[in-house]
Amino acid sequence: MIRYTLKRFLSLCISLAVASLLIFFVIEIAPGDPASFMLGINAQPDTVAALRAELGLDVPKFERYLAWAQGMLTGDFGMSYTYRTPVSQMVADRLWVSLPLALFALALSTLIALPAGIYAAARRGKTGDVAVMSATQLGVAIPNFWFAMMLVLIFAIKLRWFAGGGFAGWNKGLGAVIWSLTLPAISLALPQAAILARVMRSALLDVMNEDFMRTARAKGLTTTQTLWKHGLRNALIPVLTIIGLQFSFLLAGGIIIEQVFYLPGLGRLVFQAISARDLIVVESVVMLLVFAVIVVNFAVDLAYAAVDPRLRART
Amino acid sequence: MKHFVSQLALASAMSVAGFAAHAANTEITVAMQLEPPHLDPTSAAAGAIDSVLYSNVFEGLTRFMGDGSVVAGLAKSWDISDDGLVYTFILHDNVLFHDGSTMDAEDVQFSLNRARADDSTNAQKALFAGITDVSALDAATVVVTLDAPNGNFLFNLAWGDAIIVAPESIGDIKQAPIGTGAFKFANWVQGDKIELTRNDAYWGTHAVLENVTFKFISDPTAAFASVMAEDVDAFVGFPAPENLPQFEADPRFQVLVGSTEGETILSTNNKMPPFDNVKVREALAHAIDRQAIVDGAMFGYGTPIGTHFAPHNPAYVDLTGTSAYNPELAKKMLAEAGFADGFETTLHLPPPSYARRGGEIIAAQLAQVGIKAQITNVEWAQWLETVFRGKDFGLTIVSHTEPMDIGIYANPEYYFQYDNPAFQKLMTNLNATTDPEARTALMGDAQRMISGDYVNGYLFQLAQLSVAKAGVQGLWTNAPTQATDLTAVSWAD
Repeated sequence: MIRYTLKRFLSLCISLAVASLLIFFVIEIAPGDPASFMLGINAQPDTVAALRAELGLDVPKFERYLAWAQGMLTGDFGMSYTYRTPVSQMVADRLWVSLPLALFALALSTLIALPAGIYAAARRGKTGDVAVMSATQLGVAIPNFWFAMMLVLIFAIKLRWFAGGGFAGWNKGLGAVIWSLTLPAISLALPQAAILARVMRSALLDVMNEDFMRTARAKGLTTTQTLWKHGLRNALIPVLTIIGLQFSFLLAGGIIIEQVFYLPGLGRLVFQAISARDLIVVESVVMLLVFAVIVVNFAVDLAYAAVDPRLRART
Repeated sequence: MKHFVSQLALASAMSVAGFAAHAANTEITVAMQLEPPHLDPTSAAAGAIDSVLYSNVFEGLTRFMGDGSVVAGLAKSWDISDDGLVYTFILHDNVLFHDGSTMDAEDVQFSLNRARADDSTNAQKALFAGITDVSALDAATVVVTLDAPNGNFLFNLAWGDAIIVAPESIGDIKQAPIGTGAFKFANWVQGDKIELTRNDAYWGTHAVLENVTFKFISDPTAAFASVMAEDVDAFVGFPAPENLPQFEADPRFQVLVGSTEGETILSTNNKMPPFDNVKVREALAHAIDRQAIVDGAMFGYGTPIGTHFAPHNPAYVDLTGTSAYNPELAKKMLAEAGFADGFETTLHLPPPSYARRGGEIIAAQLAQVGIKAQITNVEWAQWLETVFRGKDFGLTIVSHTEPMDIGIYANPEYYFQYDNPAFQKLMTNLNATTDPEARTALMGDAQRMISGDYVNGYLFQLAQLSVAKAGVQGLWTNAPTQATDLTAVSWAD
């Protein structure tokens, strides 16, 4: 298990280093200069030059990369060009919105998908299965921003149960935070739940055809017992993979949902930063998301090993 | 939940005390599309900074009013020397910055010198270019000396880029602005909102509102939802004109339709063939149906223009006739210029809907006379680099939002590259003229000259569209500068 963990950790470090190089240089290619963006069309050339110097943009690219990469090792992502506040602090503030939203959506999606998938697998071919599968088909097909607008139209504008958007703020208490994140979380979660339920169902059906399931039945367990004791555990590997991927997607993929609900999250920060060419913010947030994806994958790899002892022995 | 609670509270308050709860309302939540990048109006062009802070938190020596006039601000009065070179400003007494320090002549001297310094990052540094000296005679008297008479000087000092700041608080201005205005900066949750509170030590007429929240909602659909769900009390610069009839029909809301300083033009690269031929530019002007663009792209909001000047300005000359829609005439002129079969060009469109929607319509109209415009959608940063600085474009659509900016036509290096010595001389004359009537005449000549030279395709004056709850009064209808002046806003009983 230790060797397995170390090996995975090493590949994590290499992925991060390569990613940082790629992110920095690809993003820096984008045309547009943050200083001229800030100063607009009436700015004089000497003013733009003065601002570029103030922002440290007159330093060669590679030196800026080194400073940025070095800073990141100590948690210092540099200073935002437009906001003029430390990027790490801005990102931390936004994470207090995006992370709870992603977790909330992930919890909702998992809580809906797993029972639905298991139910459908257990009732394979019967009406219940068909109903669940049709519902998931619909869930996969509906774009989440459209779904979000429908939720706003019904629950915020017509029924007035929720605000049309916005974040309550943690100082208003956990209840208010959850309330303000409910519609966004539902609109993020449902399409994900549809995918996850389908994966859960097919993984479980695959396992049910395995020899050991027949053996379990032969030794006298009921169908339900085999399903819960042997089936589920073996079917969890693909499900975990999808949950891991979904978490990264939810963290990064909130961009549109954050626009629809005007939440001050990471997605909105990136959106604003891209149009203002606040490249250091874009690079840092993208890097952070890459880091999150890689770490989540690392955790999922470890979880595989926990679920499936064979993986530990093999590597 | 918030709504539940506030509705319940309102319902119970109303049952107990009638409408008293409503009359005592001294809070307002105002939404706008763009968030300021930081809070220093003197070192960025972003209109969003002024939209939140101008005259609410920061004030200049003079200031814009909602009708576009320029009146005294921190300067109580002034005296201009006969040669027009020396301005002596007398400041108001007892003006305090929000940190409690006094605003005096030295602060004015500091602010103006900072804006024109070599290492200044003021986006409108050119406004201060003519200043040769700023000196403080005593605590309440400032003398500003210019190198040449400037009829626009008092107007220039009203800009957000010319507000008065203090040397003691300048270090933190980007995050914690300290001004002299009727509202104090209280809090900023980045990406979400900025809160202001009333300044009870204000030197002038105190504001009615006690607490002000600016919220930033960029998505047009979300903007609609936020107003409909009554999450915000007003939305200034409402981004979805197609929804306005719905608000107009709803007794809960009022719709304010005014004008901005934004001349929306089909900018033309005057140095790039075939646009270097005035015949071609004239043909372009006649190929455009302005009203169709206003109707199609702006849902009817906007005033067609025939020159680069705001129709609400008293000096405006209506020249829409010079470039009346006439595709047959346009075709004939193209043929005369040697382009009977038309030609191909590029059309760069920045993000605002006036450009993206308007661009599609213009491309279709140009196609009618044989001009094939290849549309390229660009972001602002890209537009600034390739179109504005690189001058690598044929046509582009942009709204020039600076007030009184006809002077840009006197700069041959400006991106549309209009180089006419006669116009440049006219502008030099205008700048040196202080007599109002003579100025009006010169401004008329200037409008006619660029209209007759068909420098750009003049489309329409951008409308200022706002939605507010029915009880909100005192909001600016027009936008003479990008400001949301809340100092005179209150709730009706």
